[in-house]
Amino acid sequence: MRRLKAQIIDPEGFERTLTRLAHEILEKNRGAGNIVIVGIRTRGEFIARRIAAIIETVEHTTLSIGSLDITLYRDDLLGKLEQPQLKGTDILFDINGHDVILIDDVLFTGRTIRAALDELIDLGRPRTIQLAVLVDRGHRQVPIRADYVGKNIPTSADESIRVHVKEVDGEDTVLLMHPEE
Amino acid sequence: MQLLLTGGRLIDPPTGRDATVDMLIVDGRIERIGTNLSASAAQVIDLRGKIVAPGFIDMHVHFREPGFEYKESIASGCAAAAAGGFTAVCCMPNTNPPIDDESLVHFIHARSREAMGGLVNVYPVGAVTAGRKGEHLAPLAELAAAGAVAFSDDGDPVHDAELMRRALEYSAMFRRPIIQHAQEPSLSRGGVANEGYPSVTLGLPPMPRIAEEMMVARDIRLAEYTGGQYHVAHVSVAETLDLVRAARTKHLAVTCEVAPHHFTLSDEALATYDTNTKMNPPLRTREDIEAMKAGLRDGTIDVIATDHAPHSYDEKEVEFAQAPFGIIGLETAIGLAVTELVKKNVLTLYQLVEKFSTNPRNILHLPVIDIAEGSQANLTLFDPTAEWLVDPATFKSHARNTPFGGARLTGRPVGVMNNGTSFWC
Amino acid sequence: MPLHSKHLLGLDGMSREDLQLILDTAVSFHEVLERPIKKVPPLQGKTVANMFFENSTRTRLSFELAERRLSADVLGFAATGSSVSKGETLKDTARNIEAMKVDMVVLRHGAAGAAHYLSRVINANVINAGDGSHEHPTQGLLDMFTIREKYGRLNDLHVCIVGDIAHSRVARSNIFGLKTMGARVSVCGPATMIPREIERLGVEVYHHLDDVLPHVDVLNVLRIQLERDAGRLFPSIREYRQTYGVTRKRMEKAGRVVTVMHPGPINRDVEISADVADSEHSVILQQVLNGVAVRMSVLYLLSTRG
Repeated sequence: MRRLKAQIIDPEGFERTLTRLAHEILEKNRGAGNIVIVGIRTRGEFIARRIAAIIETVEHTTLSIGSLDITLYRDDLLGKLEQPQLKGTDILFDINGHDVILIDDVLFTGRTIRAALDELIDLGRPRTIQLAVLVDRGHRQVPIRADYVGKNIPTSADESIRVHVKEVDGEDTVLLMHPEE
Repeated sequence: MQLLLTGGRLIDPPTGRDATVDMLIVDGRIERIGTNLSASAAQVIDLRGKIVAPGFIDMHVHFREPGFEYKESIASGCAAAAAGGFTAVCCMPNTNPPIDDESLVHFIHARSREAMGGLVNVYPVGAVTAGRKGEHLAPLAELAAAGAVAFSDDGDPVHDAELMRRALEYSAMFRRPIIQHAQEPSLSRGGVANEGYPSVTLGLPPMPRIAEEMMVARDIRLAEYTGGQYHVAHVSVAETLDLVRAARTKHLAVTCEVAPHHFTLSDEALATYDTNTKMNPPLRTREDIEAMKAGLRDGTIDVIATDHAPHSYDEKEVEFAQAPFGIIGLETAIGLAVTELVKKNVLTLYQLVEKFSTNPRNILHLPVIDIAEGSQANLTLFDPTAEWLVDPATFKSHARNTPFGGARLTGRPVGVMNNGTSFWC
Repeated sequence: MPLHSKHLLGLDGMSREDLQLILDTAVSFHEVLERPIKKVPPLQGKTVANMFFENSTRTRLSFELAERRLSADVLGFAATGSSVSKGETLKDTARNIEAMKVDMVVLRHGAAGAAHYLSRVINANVINAGDGSHEHPTQGLLDMFTIREKYGRLNDLHVCIVGDIAHSRVARSNIFGLKTMGARVSVCGPATMIPREIERLGVEVYHHLDDVLPHVDVLNVLRIQLERDAGRLFPSIREYRQTYGVTRKRMEKAGRVVTVMHPGPINRDVEISADVADSEHSVILQQVLNGVAVRMSVLYLLSTRG
């Protein structure tokens, strides 16, 4: 059991953070013209949809949104005790030449993003791949850096971050949990 | 050498005796039979709760010698027989060369006298046809004169109806039964498992039950027509028993035997493709098991015979279809018979002794075993209540191909005596 | 939940959950096969030996493709020209291959139960790619996947298997799998090709195609083995075609839209006419693609079982 240490982002802060990330993406890409959105399953997928919705409202446009299941690209797949269930990659559009905004909830070791990059490159040759995360908690194990960060949270390696989203958990919040007892 | 057997229950169907007696054996001969015997020089063997019976005979074994000694030799087969409680066996002629010549009969006699001090009488069964090829008759008179007690092409049926007719006519002249592996080959060709639900789900080529029934029906008509003596080997389907029953009401010289696996296991045992469930005839249905028990109970089945068929480990360690047919049976026969038949009230111990000793000897016209003062002791001693775990590693047989490894059985041989020697299990 | 068994030997006795897991996982691999780069890395470092003791170009290629698309190293083995022709037993052959540190073995063999046997004597995962007349589980799975892809479900669909049921491993795997998933299954063929007691598998038996056609959703047409017991199971190819050949005329007379499947290779104009095989109701080519996805699913699920 893990006990709650602190609430890092509350529901209002959550929405504000998403809005800020959406604007930063638009600013850097000079509009939504060439971008496509890809969320990493499971939580990243919902965050991606929310950011996409904000961009669509601001820009009066419709974006291509897909989701990525990186299970097959994990580097610990064959050693795992529990078999991960495949949820499937669902990108029904061409990513060639586009600016792919890759979105996840928490950036931690970087291994998930490494897998996602490999998978994206197998899907095509985007013009750029940019990474947006809600929380960056540090402790990278591979040289990966996010282009857009909702909030940097210094943590110790054995603490954990829980991201709740309305669609799955009923509320938007980010919690910092104590180490396992 | 003096042995005093005390407190055993003597079951002797030829004389109808069933009583608790003591028996003094001196140098392999029965010196005295009585109660409260004592002999200061004798080794006392306490047989309370155990059975003393005329020596058991397994009238259907394959000893593989000559030709396939790596599977079983006459020596190892005799050791298995003694360890299984048998003082005699009939060995089938599907050796290489087959027993279709008097020299082979003499060879088997000679070999068996060397084994276990000659404890086990090995009675060769001669081939019906030369080379077991099913084309023309083997020298049956010569074989009989040399000591063949019956004729069979076992492993294969005598398929040609005319040849079967002639064999029955000819062998009747010197009172030798024809033992038939009853199976119409054109119906069972290529089959490896009983035709039925398990063979459907397992995708195994089927051997239909009617193949046995048809051959038995034909043969019984031929036996009636010729007046020959006919014995059905290893009955496996209920319909065969109906035919034998009908033949009996006509007082035909028709008898039959069942193997322990055919009253113990059904074709459901094939589910894991264990090659030790592959035999010919194949394991049949649960209903057939019940029919076998009914046939044993009402006397339609005269004999329990094991069809002891040794194969090497490597030969059975292959795909099901490629594996040879057959399992060994000598060392589990008494255990299976007591467990499945006596404990389940199918047979009394008295009837069990008939099926293992008296009846097969009658069919083969072998002399009655005389349990009397002054006679040579030819005895099987067994404990009908001993429980034991089948461990094939301890078998005396050269082979280990049994599906009963790990089975818990009741009923176990204690020892055998014959031809002036004995073996204690 | 991972698969219950370490091996895929057959669909007989496989749970609904396991069947569902394989089919659901195959959907993800089906998507991978639509990508420009149809290769994913999960079996990197794993070696799969394809041991084919019977000729089967189609199944072997499908497995090989599935293995390569999962980034496995593939070891091919065909009975001809190998030590099998020198009398080596299946056990020795398999053990030798396993000694080369193979992780999985895909076995095609002429004897029923060969895969069961192999799974007892080696440690690698064993996938049955067809054993005698017993089972061909990945074919059954790909047929089920194809039907589910078309109808969105398997339960309450009526699938009729036409042909030599007695000798067909495809029929058996289909029957076991489809029955578990709640489909209605019938078989249709000459009485000489329907095994006794097949009703106990819960299938209906028909001998006349026209009797069953008006009631079926899917027709799975088996390949007729022209060489099998020539003249003993059926008199002639001509008579078989007239009685059981799936033709457009026959389909139209039934007055029902029926999806047509065939495990291949097709004897055109014998068990199925060319115009049916190539019609809009035929899913024969989808079966081929789905075969790769389903085999990827099985390979993936067995190798990551932990």
